[in-house]
Amino acid sequence: MSIEIRNIKKNFGQFSALNNVSLDVPSGELVALLGPSGCGKTTLLRIIAGLEAPDSGSIHFHGKDTTERDVRERQVGFVFQHYALFRHMTVFENVAFGLRVRPKETRPSDTEIKRRVHELLELVQLDWLADRYPPQLSGGQRQRIALARALAVEPKVLLLDEPFGALDAKVRKELRRWLRRLHDELHITSVFVTHDQEEALEVADRIVVMNRGHVEQIGTPQEVYNNPATPYVYNFLGNVNQFKSNVLEGQAQIGDISIKLQAENQQADGAALAYIRPHDIDVQKTKNGNTPAFEAKINYIHAVGPLVRLELQQLGKEDIIEAELTQERFRELGLNTGEQVFIYPRNVRVFLDNASQA
Amino acid sequence: MSGISTTQFSKYSAKVAKSRATSEPVWVRWALISTTLLFLSLFLFMPLAAVFTEALRKGFDTYISALADADALSSMKLTVIAALIAVPLNLVFGVAAAWAIAKFEFKGKSILITLIDLPFAVSPVIAGLIYVLIFGLQGWFGQWLSDHDLKVIFAIPGIVLATIFVTFPFVARELIPLMQAQGKDEEEAALVLGASGWQILWRITLPNIKWGLLYGVILTNARAMGEFGAVSVVSGHIRGLTNTMPLHVEILYNEYNYAAAFAVASVLALLALVTLVLKSIVEWHAARSARATEQN
Repeated sequence: MSIEIRNIKKNFGQFSALNNVSLDVPSGELVALLGPSGCGKTTLLRIIAGLEAPDSGSIHFHGKDTTERDVRERQVGFVFQHYALFRHMTVFENVAFGLRVRPKETRPSDTEIKRRVHELLELVQLDWLADRYPPQLSGGQRQRIALARALAVEPKVLLLDEPFGALDAKVRKELRRWLRRLHDELHITSVFVTHDQEEALEVADRIVVMNRGHVEQIGTPQEVYNNPATPYVYNFLGNVNQFKSNVLEGQAQIGDISIKLQAENQQADGAALAYIRPHDIDVQKTKNGNTPAFEAKINYIHAVGPLVRLELQQLGKEDIIEAELTQERFRELGLNTGEQVFIYPRNVRVFLDNASQA
Repeated sequence: MSGISTTQFSKYSAKVAKSRATSEPVWVRWALISTTLLFLSLFLFMPLAAVFTEALRKGFDTYISALADADALSSMKLTVIAALIAVPLNLVFGVAAAWAIAKFEFKGKSILITLIDLPFAVSPVIAGLIYVLIFGLQGWFGQWLSDHDLKVIFAIPGIVLATIFVTFPFVARELIPLMQAQGKDEEEAALVLGASGWQILWRITLPNIKWGLLYGVILTNARAMGEFGAVSVVSGHIRGLTNTMPLHVEILYNEYNYAAAFAVASVLALLALVTLVLKSIVEWHAARSARATEQN
């Protein structure tokens, strides 16, 4: 079932949580709402679920206006950040809850409930925990039970609010791969909220980047990472070096060097902000012909991990530039702290300065 | 998990208790302990013992006959009636108020919280006087009530009203912090799963607050049975009709009938002891279930 969100506005007192948000979630996709805390992503999710009412705008499920529909009738599954398992019920009763509270006419028989619950517990691979109570489970187990409970009512839409936010790093990684596999099996339209860009990039079919109550960009993980629509998105996804720049006839001028802009990133002439990703920077010990380069001094070298991070200071300037090299390239160059080097930006992206909010 | 952590904790605390670095010299410890014990026995144990010795001073038969006296029995009956009406009503009011305050945002919430605390702030005598001013013969509704041949003041309804007023805050005060700490996640989860308001109340909210609720009820009951000031003002002290147990004790005492006064008082004291035992059991259970949920 597809979800269409049209011109949603929501204020909390003076604070504008959502400002004219429109968004389509195609049927069967896994969509991430990504943004920093306070950007309105959880509010949007709660409005889709019906736990909050928008001040204006509408929500459509598969073309049908559901804005005024009661939460109970929306047939959504909701997974809370802190699990919200019923603490006084066993795991089995937690999962069975949605079936047991149905009116008599539509309530399945006890044996049918038992069969369904065990089926779901097997799906989340925790059948052996059926008789335990939530406080006896680990965080990862609790979140999987919460998911089984949400799926028990056969929702048309699955909504997850920071589902892995309260878990430690290793479990989080495991669970998000597992969620991706589960989604590929079930193909239920899903929306999940996260502030973790890595999580969104890894799990989602489509990412909605949000900032201060509006949508900055919607696209596949590749699109938003490789072609950020706004400086905000560029800053938010991954590390980035920011420069003041001037665009002149298809060239970006940064300080006293100028770099040719790629065809898809042409801008009108004028003041602009230029962004260069740390891995789009090459470092050389000697000057390489006429190719434009910054001169810089190496301040620090962080050589732990697959990539070597260099902190470079442009000569005669305060600005710090971050660069990332592979271990091999780093060994090849044989760099030392304090050494003077030349920096070659491979790829630069500019945004006109007046559009900048970053 | 809880088993492991508690044993670890008790081992740890045993070590700390023995450690010399953190404890005072022996004579300081004993001085403090004996001061406390002396204080407790002077002001708590002795009066309690005095109640029972005075009650039984003239023998067990006198004790029994003092309790079996018609006026004493009717005072006990009235006390039980007042508690039986006041406690369930305040249970419902308290749960409703705590539910509204802890789970919803609305205008005037702080005013409501203040109003709930009002009976604690106001002297019980004033509470009684309020009802005399409203329902008494010279009061606002006095004329109307007497025209319809209804009696509130100097009758059972007045006593019940005063008792409800005085015991109003206990349940709500007990539940508000508990329900606020629990948040509304579970209720929202139940709502999304299709549960109706009643189903959420009975299956989610009440099971989560049951120990706090029971604790509030025990306190309400203790106060309802022991209330003197407010009830004294509205009761009119009609022997065998509008005397509750605390009022009856006072009357007997003023008549120099010490044995009977202490006999009735001993029943109240027993009641207090039973309340304390129940309270400790409930506290123990509440602490245990709180520990279980803390591991979230």
